[in-house]
Order: sequence, then C-alpha cells, then structure tokens
Amino acid sequence: MTNALVTRKRGKRPARFDGLILNRISLTIFGACGLMLLYVLANGFYRNPGVFIQQVLNGLQLGFIYALIALGYTMIYGIVKLINFAHGDVFMVGAFSSFYAISMLDLHRWPEWVWADAPPALVTLPGTVTVILLSMLISGALAVVIERFAYRPLRNKPRIAALITAIGVSFFMEYFGALPFVYTNNYQTYDRPFEVTVFSAGQIPIWVIVSFWVLLGVSVGIFLWLSWRWKCGDVAALAWRRHPLLQFGLLFGGFMAVVLTLTGVPLRIGDRFWELSVSSVMLVIMGSSIVLQVLLQYIVAHTRLGMAMRAAAYDKQAARLMGINVDMVISATFAIGGGLAGAAGVLFATAFRQVYYLMGITPGLKAFVAAVVGGIGSIPGAFVGSLIMGQTEVLAAGFISTPMRDAIAFSLLIIVLLLWPQGIYGEPPADKV
Amino acid sequence: MRARWFITIMIVVSMLALTACGGGDGGDTIKIAVLAPLSGEVATFGESTRDGIILATEEWNARGGINGKTIELVVEDSQCNAEMALSAANKVIDQDGVNFIIGEVCSSASIPVSEIAMAKGVLQISPTSTNPSVTVDEDGNTKSLIFRACFIDPFQGSVAARFALDNLGAQTAAVFLNQGNDYVRGLAEFFREAFEAGGGEVVVWETYTTEDQDFSAILTNARDANPDVLYLPDYYSTVNLIAAQAIERGMDAMMMGGDGWDSPDLDRSVVEGGFYTNHYSPQDPRPIVQEFVQKYQQKYGAEPDALAALAYDAANILFQSIEQADSTDPQIVASTMSQGRFSVVSGDITFDAQHNPVKSAVLLQVSGGEIVFVDTVAP
Amino acid sequence: MAKFKKPSVYFVAGSLLIFLVIQGLISTGTLNDYWKGIIFWGGAITIVTLGLNLIYGFNGQFSLGQYGFYGIGAYGSAYVTYHWVRGDPAAMVVALFGSLLVIGLYAALAWGLRRFYGVTVKARFTFYLIITILGFWASVVVLVPLLGPMMWGFFAALPEAVAQPLVFFLALISGGMLAGITSFLFGLPVLELGSDYFGIATLGFTIIVKVLLDNTDTILPFPAMKGARGMLGIPRWTTWAWVFGTLFVVIVIMRNLLHSSVGRAIVSVREDERAAELVGIDVANAKILAFVLGSVFAGVAGGLRAHDITFLHPQSFHFIQSFNPLIIVVFGGLGSITGTVFTGFLWIVLLEGVLRLFLPSGYETWRFVIYPLILLMMMLLRPEGLFGTYELPFLRAAHVAKRQAIAQKPEEVPV
Repeated sequence: MTNALVTRKRGKRPARFDGLILNRISLTIFGACGLMLLYVLANGFYRNPGVFIQQVLNGLQLGFIYALIALGYTMIYGIVKLINFAHGDVFMVGAFSSFYAISMLDLHRWPEWVWADAPPALVTLPGTVTVILLSMLISGALAVVIERFAYRPLRNKPRIAALITAIGVSFFMEYFGALPFVYTNNYQTYDRPFEVTVFSAGQIPIWVIVSFWVLLGVSVGIFLWLSWRWKCGDVAALAWRRHPLLQFGLLFGGFMAVVLTLTGVPLRIGDRFWELSVSSVMLVIMGSSIVLQVLLQYIVAHTRLGMAMRAAAYDKQAARLMGINVDMVISATFAIGGGLAGAAGVLFATAFRQVYYLMGITPGLKAFVAAVVGGIGSIPGAFVGSLIMGQTEVLAAGFISTPMRDAIAFSLLIIVLLLWPQGIYGEPPADKV
Repeated sequence: MRARWFITIMIVVSMLALTACGGGDGGDTIKIAVLAPLSGEVATFGESTRDGIILATEEWNARGGINGKTIELVVEDSQCNAEMALSAANKVIDQDGVNFIIGEVCSSASIPVSEIAMAKGVLQISPTSTNPSVTVDEDGNTKSLIFRACFIDPFQGSVAARFALDNLGAQTAAVFLNQGNDYVRGLAEFFREAFEAGGGEVVVWETYTTEDQDFSAILTNARDANPDVLYLPDYYSTVNLIAAQAIERGMDAMMMGGDGWDSPDLDRSVVEGGFYTNHYSPQDPRPIVQEFVQKYQQKYGAEPDALAALAYDAANILFQSIEQADSTDPQIVASTMSQGRFSVVSGDITFDAQHNPVKSAVLLQVSGGEIVFVDTVAP
Repeated sequence: MAKFKKPSVYFVAGSLLIFLVIQGLISTGTLNDYWKGIIFWGGAITIVTLGLNLIYGFNGQFSLGQYGFYGIGAYGSAYVTYHWVRGDPAAMVVALFGSLLVIGLYAALAWGLRRFYGVTVKARFTFYLIITILGFWASVVVLVPLLGPMMWGFFAALPEAVAQPLVFFLALISGGMLAGITSFLFGLPVLELGSDYFGIATLGFTIIVKVLLDNTDTILPFPAMKGARGMLGIPRWTTWAWVFGTLFVVIVIMRNLLHSSVGRAIVSVREDERAAELVGIDVANAKILAFVLGSVFAGVAGGLRAHDITFLHPQSFHFIQSFNPLIIVVFGGLGSITGTVFTGFLWIVLLEGVLRLFLPSGYETWRFVIYPLILLMMMLLRPEGLFGTYELPFLRAAHVAKRQAIAQKPEEVPV
C-alpha cells in the first residue's frame, strides 16, 4: 500500500520545466493588483489633497492608540509566548478606573483641593497625570493578579491551556464588569480630564506645522537610532538590516512632511483650508506614545530588569540557573504591559468620550494584529505595525470601501504575514534541531 | 483518578439537567416570557426593555392582575443573537409553557423567534424589532400571531426626510449607517428613498460596524461633501460617538436621527440643535405619558428611553388584549389584538393588516440641553 | 467477508443504541423542542470541533478559522435549498457541479504544475485562484442552462419522499465543498506560516468572512442572503437522523483516516515537521489535507445548522464565537475524538441547558459570569482536557497513545 503523502514516488515523469516563468506571471498579477491600489490612493490624493492628508492624520491618531496597546501585547508575548486575550480588558479596566476617578472623585482637579483658585494649567496638567498614573497602577496591578492566579499555575502545562484561560479571564472581566454593581452595561459618556481643543490649520502658523513635522521626524529618528544603539534583543539591529522597508518608511514620511508643508501654503489660500485639523488629544496620544516607547526601550535595553527580561524571554531555564527570579521578571512584564494598557485606556476614552464594558475587544484585537504585523515580541515592531494598521484602516475606509474596512485591514495582516512570515521586524525562530 | 472523578461529576450534572425537564402551569397565573438581550453588546437596551415590561406588570398585578390572574414573568437572556434567541424561545415555550412572548429587541433575534412562535401557536409581540420580516413571512403573508409595538422603518425614515426637505430646507444629506444592524440600515435606506424622491440628494452614504469607535475617516469624507443634513439613525451610544467627533472636526450640518436617540444617556451637548423622530414626547401632557415617566423615574431612578417606553407599551397592549379577550388562547388574543384600539404611551394604536402599529410620529429637537416637542406627523 | 473486530461491533451497536434511544425520546415527545434544539446544536458544533481536532489536535495547526468555514457552509447550502424550494435549480448547479468542476480543474492544474520545478507557493496560489474564478464563472455561464432543467426534471420525476432528502444531501455536500475549496485556497499559502501566525491569519479569515456575510446583498451578488438583515426562508429539513448520521460518518472518516498511513503522516507532521520531512512525508500536502478535510466538516455542519434554525445572521459567525470550537477541543482533550464528541454536547448542555434552567430569575446575566469561571477552573484543574489521551477502543490507534506523551510536553505544543 502506498501513502499519498509520501514523496517517494512522485509521478512517473520528472518535473522538467523551469517554474520561474510561472513565478514571474504570478508576481506580475500581484504587482498589478498592488499598483491598482496605489492608483486608487493616488487618485484620492490628487482629487483632494486636503482630505487625503486629513485621513493620514486620522490614521496616525488611530495608529498611536493601537501602539500603546500593542506594546503590552508584544512584551507579554515576547516573554511568556502567550497571546494574552485579556489584555484588551485590562485596557477597559484602565478606562473605567479613570472614569470613576474623574466622575466620582473629581481627581482630575485635585490641585483645586489644596489651592482653590489655581490657574487652569496648573490644575489640568497634574490632575491628568495623576488620573493616568492611577489608571496605570490599577491596570498594572490587575495584570499582575491575573498572571499570578490564572497563568502562572499553567506555566509548565501546554500553552493552549493558558490561552483558553486567557479567553476565560477576558469573558469573565467583561461579563462580570457588566453586572450592575460592578460597572454597568450601559454606554457612559466620559468626562474628559482635560478640555480638548481642535487646532485647525487656520489657527496654526506655518512654522508650527513645519516644526511639528521636523520634531516628529527627529523623534522617530532618535527613537530608531536609540533602539539600534541599545540593541534591545538585537531586534532593532535586525530592523536596520531590513533597510528597504525602513528606507521606504522614512522616504514616505519625508514625502508626506514635504507635501504637507507645501500643500499647506495653497490650502491657506483656498477655502478648503479648514480641512486640516489636529485635536489636542491626538497630540497628547502621540507624545505619550512616543515617550512610553522610548522609556520602554530604555528599560528593556539598559536596566537590570530589562536584561533579566531578555534573558527570561530567551531561555527561562537558563535564566533561572543564572540566578534570575523568573517569576518576578514575568510579573514585572505583566505590570508594565498592564500599566501601558491602562494609560492607553485613559487616552482612548478621552479621545472618544465613551466607556463601556466591551470597549476593549476591538481595539485590543486590532492592536494585537498590529503587533503581529510588526513582528510580535519586538517593541519597534509593535510601533511600526500599529502605524501601518491605523493607516490601512483609515485609508481603506476613506478611499476604497467603507464596509470592507475591517476585511481590508485583516487582508493586510495575511498579506504581510505571507511576505514576512514572522512579521516585519520579527526574528525567525531559533532552529531547534 | 481525577479524570474519572471529573467525568462522573459532569455526567451527574448533565443527567440532572435532563431530568429537570417539564414545567408546571399554575392555575391563577398567566406566564409571560420576556426575551431580551441582557448580556452582550446591546445589554443596556435589553435591560431598558425588561424594566419597562416589569413596570407594566407590576402595575397590572397591583390592580389585581388580568381578570384576576396574576402575571408571572419569565425572563430569558437572548443576547440579540439568532441562535441564543431560538434556544431561549424554545425554553420558555417548552419548559415554562408560556403562551405569550414579549421580545426580542433586535430583528435578527425576533425573526427566528417568530417562526418558532408561529409553529407552536404562541403569540409574540416585539417591542422594537423594525424589520418587516418579523411579522410578514418570506412569501408576503402576515404571520397571524406576531405583532410589534414600534413603527417599521419606512415611516420614520420618510418622516425625517420630509421634515429635512420641507422644514429645514435641506438639499443635500449625508447618511451614516451601521452595516451590521438592520434597524439602522432600514431607516437609512428609507430616508434616502424619501429624500431623493422629494428632490434632495444624498451626497454621502457611509457605513461602519458596531465595533467601530473611530469615525474620523468617514467624517472627513462627509465634511468634504459639506451636506446640509447629517442623518444618524443609530442608537444613542453610537450617535454620541459620531456627533462628538463630527463637532470636533468642524461639521456644521444639522444632525437628525430616529428613535434610537431617545435616551437619558444621549449626550445632548454634542447633538445640540438636532432633530429626531420618536414615538412620543416626554412633555406630552396626556396623563398616561406623564404617569409612565414619573413611575419609571421613581422605580429605576432614571428617565425612560424609547426602548423602555415601547416595551411598556407592548406589555400593556398584550395585557389589555388578554383582558378583553378573556382568554389565554393565543389565537383569540391575537384576533382581539388585531382589531383592538389601544391608548398607550406612544399614542392611540391600531394594528394594520401586517400587524404593524398605526400611530403618529413625533418630531423632537434637542435645544439648550432639553428635548423640545416640534411637531406630530400622522401616518 | 471481512471479520469485524469486537470494538467495531461495540461501537456501531452502541451508536445505534444511542441513536434509537434519542430518536425514541424525540418521537414520543419526552425531549421537547428545547432539548431537541440543544442536541442538534450540540451535534453541529461537535462536527465543527471534530474538524478542528483534525486540524489542531492531530495535525498541530492552531486554527481559529472554523467558524468562517462553518459560515460559508451554512450560507452556501442554505442558498442552494432556498432557491431550490422556490423552483430555481441554478444555485444548486453552481454549488454542486461548479464545485466539482473546480475540483477537477484543481486536479488538472496540480498535474500540470508537477511538470515544473521551483514554483513558489504564492505562484501556485495565483493559478489556483484564477482557475477557481474561471471554473465558477464557466459553471454559471455554461453549466446552469445545460444542467439546470435536466436536474430539475430528474428531481421532479422522483417521488417527494426521495427527492427532498436527496436535495438536502446534495446541499450539504455543496456547502462542504464550498468550504473545502475556500479552505484549500486560503490554506495553500497560509499553512506555510508557523503555528501562532497561522492561528492569527485564520482569525483574520473569520473576521473577513463575517464582513462579507454582512454585505452579501450589497457587495456580493447574493440578494437572497440579505446581508445583515438575516437570511430567511430556509426549509427546516434537519432531523435527528441527519445530525446523527453526519456525526457518525464524520467520526468514522476521521477514525479510518487516522488509522491509515496517511493519518500517520498527518500526525507525524504535528510531532516534528522536520523529522517528518526527512523521512519523505510531503508536509505541505499533509497540512493541506487535514485543513481542507476539517473545513469540509465545518461546512457540512453549517449546512445542518442552517436547516435546523432556518434563519441565518452574520452575527452568529462573529469571531468571538470562533473560540467556541477551540474551547471545546481543549476541554475534551486535544487529539481525542471521544473527548471532542462528549464535550461538544456537554458544552452546549451546560451553556444553554444547565445555566438557563438553574439560574434563579433575576440572575440571567450571570450566565456568562459563571461560564468563564467554569472555564478557568477546568483549565487550572485539568489543563490536558477532560479525557486527556483517552479514546474509545474503536477509535484508538496504536500510535496515538505514544505520541500523546510527547505532546504533553509544554514547549512542544504550539499555540
């Protein structure tokens, strides 16, 4: 009896034609599809550059929010190889704790407690920071508790058991939270800790736009340089080695910056000028996202904790033999990841003004996908993947087809995985033979 | 060892479940089932619905029940999901032996329930399912035992469109709709039909999904088209999100919506000046309306939303019909209901040939943080 | 005359007994429609999960895409019968003969591609995709006018009692084939990914299917599916005999497959892909085979479910639901057919039966609070699943037991 799956006998006639021609045909077809997509986008840009740039800005905002959540996913995956489905719900808890801190305790205005008529700036800034820190603390603690009681007992069991547990924890937090005495299952309007102002391009002098983009470019550059310099887990170095993509990214960013500043001038004259607007929440999100990334990169690359994390991620057994308290390190990872999710929750709620108990599912899933696109386990990967994800969603909705927005976003995931099987910045798995 | 223990427990539990079949039918009570999404994405709508029905039931029971019989509610969670609703409907019919069902909230769950109800001879009245297929089957015949307490989409959509054209003088409109929600989709489609029939133009037609929280992409497109009216026929939860983002992006179009807006949780600051169609106005001086609003507030400490009002109406219509028919036979109650005239919160209602209520719509405006009555539109 | 072994006889006799007992309970009305609904639902979800067990439990490919194929099968077969009972055989011809034509074209293309060396998987995928589109297009243009009236005439000549089950059978097969073709196209490039990445890509697939189902009437050309309004008017044809029969056939197919040399090849891929490759097993084909077969099971189960509930809504195929088969398969024990069948029913009885009946009124929302708690307790107390490695004697294969010992090592099991 012969086995159909054994390659011993592979037909009587040997393969004799070169498949290169077939590969080229298929490449041409895919290339044509890609070019068509580019044409659609370019057409959108050509028809109305103002709208296009606004969409890119929208995408940036979305991307930076995803980046905050994706960081937690990627760190936790990097160290315990667990898809932590409960991460989105930690994010939700972060948003809810700030919601209660603001609506019930008025915590965002605590400086007024000590100094009744403080100037608004001195109230808002420390107040907001306190609220964010409180949320980070609560979500970080929650993540540690979840790890301690739900994941740690299963660490030496098949990984799938921990995954199912993560799904269970996620369900539990959602539906337990929906009970009337915990949170509520209603959609609640969120009081923002700080007032949101929208800067439309008309109010902004051109030098602000220019310096904003320059600053953004410089900070991204510094970020990438630092991540290369600090060589966190050799991932950033790997990223540099894949220079075609990075070059493309930098070129694209530079191109956008030039276009923005150039089109800003004619737009100021035309009546379409109001097209461009940036809200202060978005600036805060972008700023804190970048700051937290750099901070995280520093922790991972330069502190003893970071070193322990990298060691534990590489080989838990060996790390333990080297005297590293692996349990401690994993708890710390969960604390940091949870804290980031909490911060993201506050910023997300501030941007969209609504909290409800299932709010973590969709951003959590999209951020997770973004982390995978970037290469799960890699911190710069999570950042870049999130930006790509944000752009895809917004540009797909804006210029291709709104109903298909999610389908396009997830198709992108599949396409990226086919091109880079470990994600854009992911490391190929160690060959264990 | 542990495996065997576990399996034994599990088997015992499932045996227990199987033997728990069969429900009794009390002599002096009328069992009425409530199917509502008490968990899941629209749990809050399900709770309003349940609360409205409970309020009506308590009133009737305090008055001595229906012809001396106490009303007993059997509440089941159906998550707005066809499969769960099906299993919940089977459970209340077969296990609890009910003859009357109030529910479901979503059409996608009401439709399978209505098929079961028709097959089993159980009367169903849905408070809020707007899809025509709930009361009419695939071949166009009215399902004799199925009713609804809300408008179907064509009426509300065309009222809004006519108002936009005639009173607001709008020429262009942008419509945002949730592609996964047939209530929203129905309203949006009929709004477009009526608006274009009246000479207007729908310049933006954008969809989103239930899970979306970021509407910047479609808002940017809509702002570029600069429409006169932005029609948002979704529930207040989504309207809050879209309207807030629209204002931040500097849209100055007049916002309009449907009865999904009617909720104390509507963020009135972001839809300031907007108009919406509804079943009733809370300022309506009719005693039944004032009494309902006051009682609801007393019991639950919140203003009723549209879902609570419609659920309250649905329950009242059902109870009145049972009382008038003086029977618990669904067939008799159904024929009473289809011929009856009911004075409830959302107006004086009769049912048309397709078991849709004939009642007037009310136009309300959000003005200065208050809901102001604008106009009544007869069907 | 072949000799039947004892376990086989016991298994068939036991199955027959279960079938007859439940059929008797249903006929006498002891099991009312509520329990009947739960059992049918359990049957469908069990078949879906058996498919996942083949993909994940036996072949080691972590997949979250089962609900996508379940949805394709459900909508596909429902569309066929919807049009059939309304006197239009076109959908049946396209779904059945179109799929057969496409499968035939696949075979031809595979034969043709074998003559080339160095063809990348992506290139293969392109050609398979093109030929799928061509095949279905040709079946719409050529086969429908050709075979439609013929088929209609043939079935009109049959007595109703024969024609209806036959149509249902063909509809189920069509649903299964559509799911199979989709899974082949999807799996061809994606199965190359590592396990975690494959799982994530299949999750994406489920979401894409849900989006497409939401837009069947606007973007896709299937007005009768009605998009987010929900598909109505599907005949109620599923009976206990159909559910049981399908389940039985699926179990036997899986059992015989796993007992064959092909099955050993499939299992060896899970154990160690590299080693399997070194002993000459075509790893890519083994993966595709398991994946397509598992998806066909899901598609057939979708058809059964669609003709039971008679109403389909895209919300039923939301990605959150796609965790259900995964939960069941892990609950029952990865790689245990017995465990999957038992827990499939147990799960639905627990969720829709026990929790609905025993929660006091006013606590309906606690259903989904208790359910995850049970999930957590289960995983913490018995991470290897209820049945672990246990199999009924009929289903047990010599190589299963050995392999399980290795599979339980934490680092080796892919997530």
